[in-house]
Amino acid sequence: MDKVYTEVIKIAGDVITVEAEGIGNRELAEVRSRFGVSLAQVIRMDGQKVSLQVLSGSRGISTDARVRFLGRPMMVSFSDDLLGRVFTGSGEPRDNGPRMTGEMVPIGGPSVNPVQRVVPKNMVHTGIPMIDVFNTLVESQKLPIFSVAGEPYNQLLARIAMQADVDVIILGGMGLKFDDYLFFRDTLEKAGALPRSVLFVHTASDPTVECLLVPDMALAAAEQFALKDKRVLVLLTDMTNFADSLKEIAITMEQIPSNRGYPGDLYSQLAARYEKAVDFKGAGSITILAVTTMPGDDVTHPVPDNTGYITEGQFYLKGGRIEPFGSLSRLKQQVNGNTREDHRAIMDRMIQLFADYRETLEKLSMGFQMSAWDKKLLKYGERFENELMDLSVNIPLEQALDLGWQILEDCFTPQEVGMKLALIEKYWPRK
Amino acid sequence: MSETRTGRVIGVNGNMVAAGFDAQVMQNEVAFVVCGSDRLKAEVIRVRGKSCDLQVFEDTAGVRVGDRVEFAGKLLSVDLGPGLLGQVFDGLQNPLEGLAAGHGFFLKRGVYLPAIDREVVQEFTPLVKTGDRVRSGDRIGTVPEKIFSHAIMVPFGLEGQWQVVDVVTKGTYSRKHVLARVRDEQGETVEISMVQTWPVKIPIKAYDEKLKPVKPLVTKVRIIDTLVPVAVGGTFCTPGPFGAGKTVLQHKLSRHAEVDIVIIAACGERAGEVVEVLKEFPELNDPRTGRTLMDRTVIICNTSSMPVAARESSVYTAVTIAEYYRQMGLNVLLLADSTSRWAQAMREMSGRLEEIPGEEAFPAYLESRIASFYERAGLVRLRDGSTGSVTIGGTVSPAGGNFEEPVTQATLKVAGAFHGLSRARANARRYPAIDPLESWSKYKGFVPEAQVAKARFYLKRSADVNQMMKVVGEEGTPALDFVDYLKGEFLDAVYLQQNAFDKVDESSSSERQTYMFAVLEKILDKAYVFSSKDEARAFFQGLRQVFINWNSSEFMSEDFRRLEREIAAKIG
Repeated sequence: MDKVYTEVIKIAGDVITVEAEGIGNRELAEVRSRFGVSLAQVIRMDGQKVSLQVLSGSRGISTDARVRFLGRPMMVSFSDDLLGRVFTGSGEPRDNGPRMTGEMVPIGGPSVNPVQRVVPKNMVHTGIPMIDVFNTLVESQKLPIFSVAGEPYNQLLARIAMQADVDVIILGGMGLKFDDYLFFRDTLEKAGALPRSVLFVHTASDPTVECLLVPDMALAAAEQFALKDKRVLVLLTDMTNFADSLKEIAITMEQIPSNRGYPGDLYSQLAARYEKAVDFKGAGSITILAVTTMPGDDVTHPVPDNTGYITEGQFYLKGGRIEPFGSLSRLKQQVNGNTREDHRAIMDRMIQLFADYRETLEKLSMGFQMSAWDKKLLKYGERFENELMDLSVNIPLEQALDLGWQILEDCFTPQEVGMKLALIEKYWPRK
Repeated sequence: MSETRTGRVIGVNGNMVAAGFDAQVMQNEVAFVVCGSDRLKAEVIRVRGKSCDLQVFEDTAGVRVGDRVEFAGKLLSVDLGPGLLGQVFDGLQNPLEGLAAGHGFFLKRGVYLPAIDREVVQEFTPLVKTGDRVRSGDRIGTVPEKIFSHAIMVPFGLEGQWQVVDVVTKGTYSRKHVLARVRDEQGETVEISMVQTWPVKIPIKAYDEKLKPVKPLVTKVRIIDTLVPVAVGGTFCTPGPFGAGKTVLQHKLSRHAEVDIVIIAACGERAGEVVEVLKEFPELNDPRTGRTLMDRTVIICNTSSMPVAARESSVYTAVTIAEYYRQMGLNVLLLADSTSRWAQAMREMSGRLEEIPGEEAFPAYLESRIASFYERAGLVRLRDGSTGSVTIGGTVSPAGGNFEEPVTQATLKVAGAFHGLSRARANARRYPAIDPLESWSKYKGFVPEAQVAKARFYLKRSADVNQMMKVVGEEGTPALDFVDYLKGEFLDAVYLQQNAFDKVDESSSSERQTYMFAVLEKILDKAYVFSSKDEARAFFQGLRQVFINWNSSEFMSEDFRRLEREIAAKIG
């Protein structure tokens, strides 16, 4: 089985080609060259020609490099020893700890049978009104944060992770700046969450191919914890780097690009990862929170665009705040009917009024006269922004709803708000 | 070509496997790639000399060069017979419940189960007798299935006239039992059981003629039924950016549309959304039949993380099942969500075949494939004079929400109605977010056309005035224009928008829509005089408040009457 091949016939980008026999698709190999040993994965076969992507990159690989096929696909080891550890994208320890031992599980496994899923029903409380009230996060949801580079998306990700009630946190870092990696590690440590966390980290200076493996490693481990009844939160940052790595490999393999250089299967590739979010019938769950940076704040860019079609909504982070427009939690309806009876009405009406406020702002900026209604909206919008939208606000849901009514009462008459009478009678604050 | 023909794998590229063969192969025939203990289903999609390309419907991890390939000698087909209703299948018609029972949480590759359990016994009532002359699609008898009398038909593939040789008597038989035999003039005999198979990519055409769709299909979604109606046997498409509510809208249609059978093809979309249907439908009652919604539903689900090639076949599987029930004289609604994912599956395969790409790398045959899919919809007159229909509604997920892209454009050419969802409306929480000005329909609805024209006029007018106001401001807008603006906004708020989470408001019967619209017409027609714009705004706000309560009161209930009087008093 362990036949060694020593003739590399082609090296292009991070992909090498050797002539070999009896090799399985996506099998792993070990490539030994003067500068060290690296894993490589079979990605295409044409007759005897086997193409492999080299995990640590092709730099320094000579045409007589020794390629030994391992007869197995990429795997992640799974045991409780994983907790508290930091690994690279190819599963090597990054924290000077011992190598992974334990049950080996193939990564990128088959998808969950839809009939074995349950309808998610548990709200994840975050203490952020823009999430809890307006776009409730739900256990087993897959949700990215859309933002431009420079926004505090990693801080937001970490804050939600710290406040959410979960058993295991798995971080998959792709193209992470080294300080960002340290930020996550320190934050987890400070909050005492490190012993229930596993980190798979690819930093910006690591080889591209390793970046591709991070989500699969993180999600394969998450799946094992979830099958053991654990509620797992997976943080993936930043999926745009993952997509860019896909693009790089696809172009090296001379695939026809579809949109702005990205391969035609970008949607399927992203979906295969995000769809790992699941609430198992009779076992644990996986919730995925990801970051998708939008080049040029352009939501129609292929990465955020395809992501939006896959995920169950998105949080749109702009100017350090979660924007009500563009943000969406598709699963909120599963839970916000059982929180408090006024939750949905407050959510809908406050956003509609906020939309009117934005229109009024536009009118104001063009120098139009403000009607009595406009003035009310201006007062409302300002309070909404300061008391609900600001990310420093940290209050439980009930309190946020009460605050919502208070703001409405301070700015409008019940008739102007136009909600169902029964709710107004019950919740409209009386002086 | 009955002997087993085999070949060998000579290349692997993603889910495309190249195979060499010695004997002969058939384009689009089913083949199996033997990978260890797994037999992976595949389809021949290109032949070149002594090698052919197969699209594999499964993950190809571990497939080796030299692995055995077996050619099955038949096209990709589905089972048609009693027992389909209420089931959940994957894109290749594998029953997912069955897979779950055998293999647990995950989908195991290479496992194929029969779609219809042949061992089940059912009561069969014959409709023909020995000596009767029959043609393909004629009924030889019936078996009960849920609320329907399921017709057992002469196989659709038989050509010309056939004569019944013998037929069993009324009684219970297993689904694989031969119920009748028919013979043609050449003396060829064919056995008929409850189940027949049919290749998914070929339309079933065992009917007399295709008719023009004219009758409105009541969806109970007001904006659709009134402004952009759908016809029984017609087609419609719903393009929209993500988050605009395509899937929510389709789910509404699947629940409330007045049809006999609904086929949901969840093609390359989120698994979670299918699960919602799966868990909800068995609990929900169909007011028309008193049974659960699941009893009239078939779900074909090939969600986004399931193998891509099977996604491509899933819409064909769905439409074939729809056509099968149409042959029984039933009205079927097929909802495909999303046709863009189906088109992307074609694109992925085209890329691996290294075909010359068209626009946005979609293959050149994209348009003709989309057209031939939608053309499988239609109202038909069957050979016994009754009619049946397949109505197709497909969502489109355009890249970047831009309707200029190839899939949307190709779909618009063949669809009878266009329900364009707009991000602006979705952001303003105006649901359903169908853009009333951009969308169109070639079909006629049940609300009188003159009334609809009036509504359209005010919507357009209101949008124009709103646009103008952005330039000249409210103070520069004439009072009359401002009232027109408010009228349009009012119409939008109380009629076009519908609260999907209100038990009453979520579905509006045709009677209720007609009734409401007459009241609305009065409101629109009236010339109002207000002393100020603030007064005008307050008036319509007040009217809206009552109207919204009216919307959530049971039709013709006491509450309904009371609120109606209140509205009448307000408009004077």
